[in-house]
Amino acid sequence: MHSNKNTISERIADFLERYPPFNELHQRDLLALSSEVIIRYHDKDSIVFKANESPHRYFYIVHKGAVLLEKEDQKTIIDLCDEGDIFGLRPLMANENYKMEARAYEESILYALPIAVFKPFAQSYEEIGDFLIESFASNTRNPYSKDHRGSLYGESETGTPASAPLLAGLQPTAYSKKIISCTPTTDIKGIAKKMTKKRVGAMLIMEKELPVGIITDKDIRNKIATGMFPISAKASDIMSTPVITYPKTMTVTQAQMAMMKSNISHLCLTEDGTPNTPAVGILSKHDLMLELGNNPAVLIKAIKRTRKIKKLKRIRLRITQLLKGYLDQNIPLTLTSKIITELNDACIKQVLQLSLKKMKTAPPVAFAWLSMGSQGRSEQLLHTDQDNAIIFEDVAPERLKSTTDYFLNLAREVTRGLNEIGYEYCPAEMMASNPDWCRSLSGWKSQVSHWIGNPGPDEVLLSSIFFDFNRAYGDAPLVSALSEYILEQTANNTSFFLHLAKGALQNPSPTGFFRQFLVEADGAHKDFFDVKRRALMPLIDAARVLVLSHQIKSINNTAERFEKLAVLEPKQRTLYLSCSYAVKALLKFRTKQGLLHSDSGRFIALDTLTKEEKVKLKRTFKTIKELQELVRVRFQVSNLLG
Amino acid sequence: MGIFKKKHVNHPIFWENYASAFDRPLLEDLKKIRFVVLDTETTGFDYETDRMLSIGALAVTDNAIAAAESMEVFLNQYYYHSKNVAIHGILKKEQREVISELEAIQLLLAFLGNSVLVAHHAAFDLRMLNEALKRHGLPKLKNKVLDTATLYKKTLIRSPLLQRKEHYSLDDLADKFDISKKDRHTALGDAYITALAFIKILSRLQKKGVTTRKKLFK
Repeated sequence: MHSNKNTISERIADFLERYPPFNELHQRDLLALSSEVIIRYHDKDSIVFKANESPHRYFYIVHKGAVLLEKEDQKTIIDLCDEGDIFGLRPLMANENYKMEARAYEESILYALPIAVFKPFAQSYEEIGDFLIESFASNTRNPYSKDHRGSLYGESETGTPASAPLLAGLQPTAYSKKIISCTPTTDIKGIAKKMTKKRVGAMLIMEKELPVGIITDKDIRNKIATGMFPISAKASDIMSTPVITYPKTMTVTQAQMAMMKSNISHLCLTEDGTPNTPAVGILSKHDLMLELGNNPAVLIKAIKRTRKIKKLKRIRLRITQLLKGYLDQNIPLTLTSKIITELNDACIKQVLQLSLKKMKTAPPVAFAWLSMGSQGRSEQLLHTDQDNAIIFEDVAPERLKSTTDYFLNLAREVTRGLNEIGYEYCPAEMMASNPDWCRSLSGWKSQVSHWIGNPGPDEVLLSSIFFDFNRAYGDAPLVSALSEYILEQTANNTSFFLHLAKGALQNPSPTGFFRQFLVEADGAHKDFFDVKRRALMPLIDAARVLVLSHQIKSINNTAERFEKLAVLEPKQRTLYLSCSYAVKALLKFRTKQGLLHSDSGRFIALDTLTKEEKVKLKRTFKTIKELQELVRVRFQVSNLLG
Repeated sequence: MGIFKKKHVNHPIFWENYASAFDRPLLEDLKKIRFVVLDTETTGFDYETDRMLSIGALAVTDNAIAAAESMEVFLNQYYYHSKNVAIHGILKKEQREVISELEAIQLLLAFLGNSVLVAHHAAFDLRMLNEALKRHGLPKLKNKVLDTATLYKKTLIRSPLLQRKEHYSLDDLADKFDISKKDRHTALGDAYITALAFIKILSRLQKKGVTTRKKLFK
């Protein structure tokens, strides 16, 4: 009807030209291709195609979000495709059915490109043909991803293939393309500075583009710090030479063997594997570890080394895999949740640090980032909503507005970043980017006083969410000043505790008169059992009110709160310990359900449970009833009418 | 049938073609309904004196937008307020192919058919379009209309803790749904942002049980 060129196809072209093989196309061809694109929205978990399905007329490029490729039979993750990645192309070229399932890992927008339009280009452009052949032969999603890493992932240092477990060491290594090098005459101080700045553990010493030596952290420790050489020494004095070199095509297993054999931690990869061709990259033990497994120490390191928020997404996927492994192996939940919380906290910290770097100026005053709700209680194993807040140091009244604005801007960066790595925005906007949740210390104090002084249902709900805050980042004294203040305000405040206790008893009952499960009567989760509202919340809320009444701060975790209560009140020891057990059992239950259905695990289809699981669940309900009775009596809730 | 009911005016053939599309009832299945998401850029906000400078529209069917199935036209308008140039960036002098208002209407009607019309703050665009139709002696648009600003409010949770805003701008929606604001304030650019927001809203509403056309229009 009109010319093909329009705002939308231009926009598609702008995106495509950043990624291979589309970067090879002439602008004219790229626009022609773009004008045929279908932009497809995929809700989280919706299927793009199934294994054995006959090929679509399109192949796909991820524009936003991420798509998981899985072998359906064993549910092995083949790959996680994110922005700019192509998938579902090979079956179309080979005219065969899909071999794996593609599912939206999160809410995603895909560009669907008609194969009929694309095929002629694959024939007329040699580069595109090569891309396809290489991609099919190497069975990787994008064979250029290593060579083009600079443009694909920015200044990425290491590859993070999600496919490691499947290929078990036979995949090509993802080495660091960014070679940090210097000449034999560079002084040690310069080298150390550069290594620190670039965050690498090894530096190649090059002469005429060829590697002649290598210096690692260890050399600096062993040869300089010990006084063997002065700090004024040259690179050539302390470097290991000649460099042990390997071909860039080596597999992970080969690299492991090589490192073990020579007892070295860094391999230099060259064009043909000899020191006589230019170096193409460095492979460190760390890179290898990263590929070989999901262990917490490696993941923490990987998180801390991330320079782009987007890259945390892949690490988070591996955290989920780790969690799944722990649950499968029946590792105690206390330990599991400690580790996972630690990893989640590290992600949040990293997002904060990266967001701070994006700000034009440093924070005007000290501040802290608070996690609230389940993250604050260290009970967040699966991705859930973000609930967070900012507290900052008091400033002169005339500076309050500009200071608040600064932190609101920071919070917008951070919440966007967290959203990008999988934390949904809080539907009730309890986020630091909302002015209500971004306050100075005295701002928070007056807010808290208001809640405590006027304990209506909303105030009780808000304080129960907020009082589980935990410092995720920033100034500790600020946070503890606020905790102290809350304790002062609530001390012997019977009226407040009465209302808090009443709130804690208001969660709907898990079972009916005949001890049958009570399920949701309507809405999207009709006939599902709401394990959060009916089982976990009563425990969480009761623990909070009891711990506060004992004037205890800095224990946020519900299970730990019950354990502390068991110590404080020996008479109720048995009940509290079974509460602690119940919380852990329910959390585990919820997490398993969540992993099974890749959601929050909150709603459970009862008919999917085994008899044993149902009995276990019901046992926790008995504990909940006893606990609620204790709270009712202790805070004399029955005196409160209405 | 509709033709015989007309009292006196004989509308041009393009209108009759457009009108006849409504002989077919709309489908009930949300997946099968064709939505046309539209945005107009105007010289101002006065329905009497202001005019449309451009119209951008694209079709959404089953969560997908085909780049080829879109339109973007620039109108040759006698009325022109310089104060708006800053916002819309549609310079009168710019080398754009401009067409007359009547031509634009013809193209739009052909593109619309009996699709459901979607726009952000739809009342404004609808009124602007209907005023233009009136100037050319044509009746009002016959399409069903959805407003993303209103629909968005339906996705929000009912919680005493959430302070709802009275008005949610297209910028608000773009922020909430993480939609790039590139090409903001061009007709098709805004229509595209609106379309993505609309699809995301629809997906959230479906989870809340809005699964049929009837429920969507309730």
